[in-house]
Amino acid sequence: MAVTAEEIQEDVPRSVLESAVIRFAGDSGDGMQLTGSQFTLATALAGNDLATFPDFPAEIRAPVGTTFGVSAFQINFGARGIRTSGDALDVLVAMNPAALKSNVDDVRPGGLLIIDAGAFSKRNLDKAGFAENPLTDDSLEKYKVLEVDMSRLTVEAVKEFGLSTKDSLRCKNMWALGLIYWMYGRKRQPSIDWLNNKFKKLPDVASANIAAINAGHAFGETAEMPAEVSAYIVPAADIEPGLYRTVTGAEAIAWGLVSGSQLADLDMVFCSYPITPASSVLHELANMKHYDVQTFQAEDEISAACAAIGVSYGGSLGVTSSSGPGVALKTEAMGLAISIELPLVIVNSQRAGPSTGMPTKTEQSDLYQAVYGRNADSPLVVLAARSPGDCFDVAIESVRLSTKYMTPVILLTDGYIANASEPWLIPDFDDYEPFPATFRDNPEDFHPYIRDSETLGRVWVKPGTPGLEHRVGGIEKSYDSGHISYDPDNHQKMTDIRAAKIKGIANDIPLQEVDQGNESGRVAVVGWGSTYGPISRAVSVLRDKGEDVSHIHLRYINPLPRNLGELLKGFDKVVVPEMNTGQLVTLLRSEYLVPAEGLNKVNGQPFKIAEIENAVRARLES
Amino acid sequence: MNIATPPEKLTAKDFTSDQEVRWCPGCGDYAILKSVRGTLADLGVERHNTVFISGIGCAARFPYYMETYGFHTIHGRAPSIATGLKIANPDLDIWVISGDGDALSIGGNHLLHLLRRNVNLQFLLFNNEIYGLTKGQYSPTSRPGTRSPSTPLGSVDNPVSAASFALGSGARFVARSIDTLQKHMPPVLKRAHQHTGASFVEIFQNCIVYNDGVFGRFTDKAIAADAQIDVVHSEPLVFGKERNKGLRMKPGTMELEVVTIGEGGISMDDVLVHDETNRTLAAMLAAMEPPAFPVAIGVLYCNPGPTYVDSMREQAAVAKNAAPKANMNDLLRGGHTWQID
Repeated sequence: MAVTAEEIQEDVPRSVLESAVIRFAGDSGDGMQLTGSQFTLATALAGNDLATFPDFPAEIRAPVGTTFGVSAFQINFGARGIRTSGDALDVLVAMNPAALKSNVDDVRPGGLLIIDAGAFSKRNLDKAGFAENPLTDDSLEKYKVLEVDMSRLTVEAVKEFGLSTKDSLRCKNMWALGLIYWMYGRKRQPSIDWLNNKFKKLPDVASANIAAINAGHAFGETAEMPAEVSAYIVPAADIEPGLYRTVTGAEAIAWGLVSGSQLADLDMVFCSYPITPASSVLHELANMKHYDVQTFQAEDEISAACAAIGVSYGGSLGVTSSSGPGVALKTEAMGLAISIELPLVIVNSQRAGPSTGMPTKTEQSDLYQAVYGRNADSPLVVLAARSPGDCFDVAIESVRLSTKYMTPVILLTDGYIANASEPWLIPDFDDYEPFPATFRDNPEDFHPYIRDSETLGRVWVKPGTPGLEHRVGGIEKSYDSGHISYDPDNHQKMTDIRAAKIKGIANDIPLQEVDQGNESGRVAVVGWGSTYGPISRAVSVLRDKGEDVSHIHLRYINPLPRNLGELLKGFDKVVVPEMNTGQLVTLLRSEYLVPAEGLNKVNGQPFKIAEIENAVRARLES
Repeated sequence: MNIATPPEKLTAKDFTSDQEVRWCPGCGDYAILKSVRGTLADLGVERHNTVFISGIGCAARFPYYMETYGFHTIHGRAPSIATGLKIANPDLDIWVISGDGDALSIGGNHLLHLLRRNVNLQFLLFNNEIYGLTKGQYSPTSRPGTRSPSTPLGSVDNPVSAASFALGSGARFVARSIDTLQKHMPPVLKRAHQHTGASFVEIFQNCIVYNDGVFGRFTDKAIAADAQIDVVHSEPLVFGKERNKGLRMKPGTMELEVVTIGEGGISMDDVLVHDETNRTLAAMLAAMEPPAFPVAIGVLYCNPGPTYVDSMREQAAVAKNAAPKANMNDLLRGGHTWQID
């Protein structure tokens, strides 16, 4: 019989908080991502706005107890709009010494450390590299510390289910979750339902985990807490009404691609090769066969891109996906798709590089690669998603532009967006305007390179169409006929039209809007991709203080919106925060000759609000 | 598309495009082109349903010369593009045209996976043991010691055997022919076409400019009959001008030997009978090299199995039955949702 929660009427005095930042940190086998996602769900159901940041090691099972095996999940939630996962931690839950060691510096002075004292054995302290036990020296004195022997309490709480000690200890993340639930007044029932469902076939495991949640919760209710630890309430945020769910970038990309292919009236084949942090898109789509999605796990990145081209050549929508190193391998194939003028969507979930770099750490350093990174003059469309939910619309837009203009489109997202989840106001699919693809089937006056006079996109022909047999390839083609041509003037003409086609897309995308602030003024902060949250919050903080700052956030990187140059010229200063060493800033400077300045960071972590705020303030004062 | 009237019988000329063929005069590719065109006409296939896909190299120009759909792609990647195309439209009849550099050097990985997946198409490898289009460098099938612009003192690496590679990759149809054998090649191509799955055909093709006569050791008229064996399913493995040579298992070993029928007490009964469904035999036949052995041509191996795209579609059909298609709004609203008022 499954254990249920008793949501008792409590009379705990709760202090009201506007927002809070919590990080769960433990060994990569401690289930911290799962704990975090459950807390996220409970928090969303409580009506808070929120943002999360899962941060986990590249190693699947790094040696237990080491700092490089620490997995963490951070959530910022509040009664106000939440734009980032938070600068400094209010609460750190540390399941072992290594987790404490590698995360404690992010806790604000006066913040709360909840520590599993049971895991602070000599052996674990050694593994984490502590010479002294931080719980007994004075090193944590600037924080509030709640030491609990979670390990022992968990083992006791689940005793009745007859699990081994090892399995019992695996429930301690749920014990911690129960305590945090109590602390923030969260309902346990959704997590209990989730556990019952997840361990349907292992009822004892389900019951033990539920007992652990309840025990952690009860500990909060009944224990004599130190004076500084109290229960809180974070009131519901003022959020746009509607139906919500949480969504990760990977999910939203997958659903957006499927939606896009439906709007284009095309079947989609997603061709990919496993790579962190992009694989989650493949996993999501592999489960969507009943939406007419086919997935092909190729032998390598090159094959994935080429198979996607084969798919589009066949008249379906070919999509491929990777991270920077994999996209590098797809480069030649992208050149073919540009030359052959076929639709192709390439999703790049960026990560820190160069080379293997830091696979699980986020960066946005593939903008040059996307815009410029191919041999020869080879323009294509580049779009960037700003948040998990935004991935949905950007994926649809990628499909629209790719099929309408017969061009590859690169969709830039990153490891942070791919894995982070946010509450998402679920759109109504019926609100999206269909953009059905058209195929040529009339043999009269047919040439494979006949173009639409408006879009300059060439005709799309499905092999199998009688009377339209033709040959095309990567060799330069004669302007209309598509026959091989080495004629110099023809190559000039073809190069020009490939460029004009992409440039012309600027007329088919929205004008750039100012996200916050005036359309001209002292400082414009220009961003793209996942810096949206911190820029947005930093600019609102500055504006609240009366500063003349505006936020402009780009979805369209190539071509750029046609009014962007004029817009930027209306500001005294343009600041471009990027998680790279300055890529968009170079593009803007070369495109518009504006004195844009970079604000750059590549430590694998998202920007903190304060970092952007301070940098902009320095510009305002200079 | 439903066309009620039976299509008129096409000829080789109907499969000939308006493009001028630009191979060197005397190139073995001409003979293969002629053979393929004739075979398609004989098979009565539809032009609009036929697609030729190639990578890069001399052989890769092939699609331009066929009045069908054609896609001249990038170096080594034709198997991947063909796989994507087949997934998108399994009804298309796809021929991949490749060379030894394209298929076994830069594209070796893709060929391996195309074959093990058993994608239903025909793969023709024109093996001339040289890089022609880049002007004569040695290739992965070149004999050791091949002198070329990039190996002026002779190549030192061991060559790969195309047919052995294909068998090792899990190919379920492996055949061989020779550019000059205009009677032999069409039936082999027809068998390849008839086979459901990835049909791998290696065609020994003479490069008249950079590697002329490299196959002379088994194609020269004077010795061909003794240096080739045309293997036919269920028939004894005999060859030679006098048809008195045969292959048998060398007693007490796991290897073949050449025997002469009528000598040393050897009779027809001692000679192996070709079984094209026997992978071990196929591997031994593929590995035979002159002068000790004849070169095996014909269908070395044919043993159909499930094809990739069929299996993929079957799995999708089961998944679709299990979860009836919902609309996008149902998908987006699946899982935990909450209402904010």
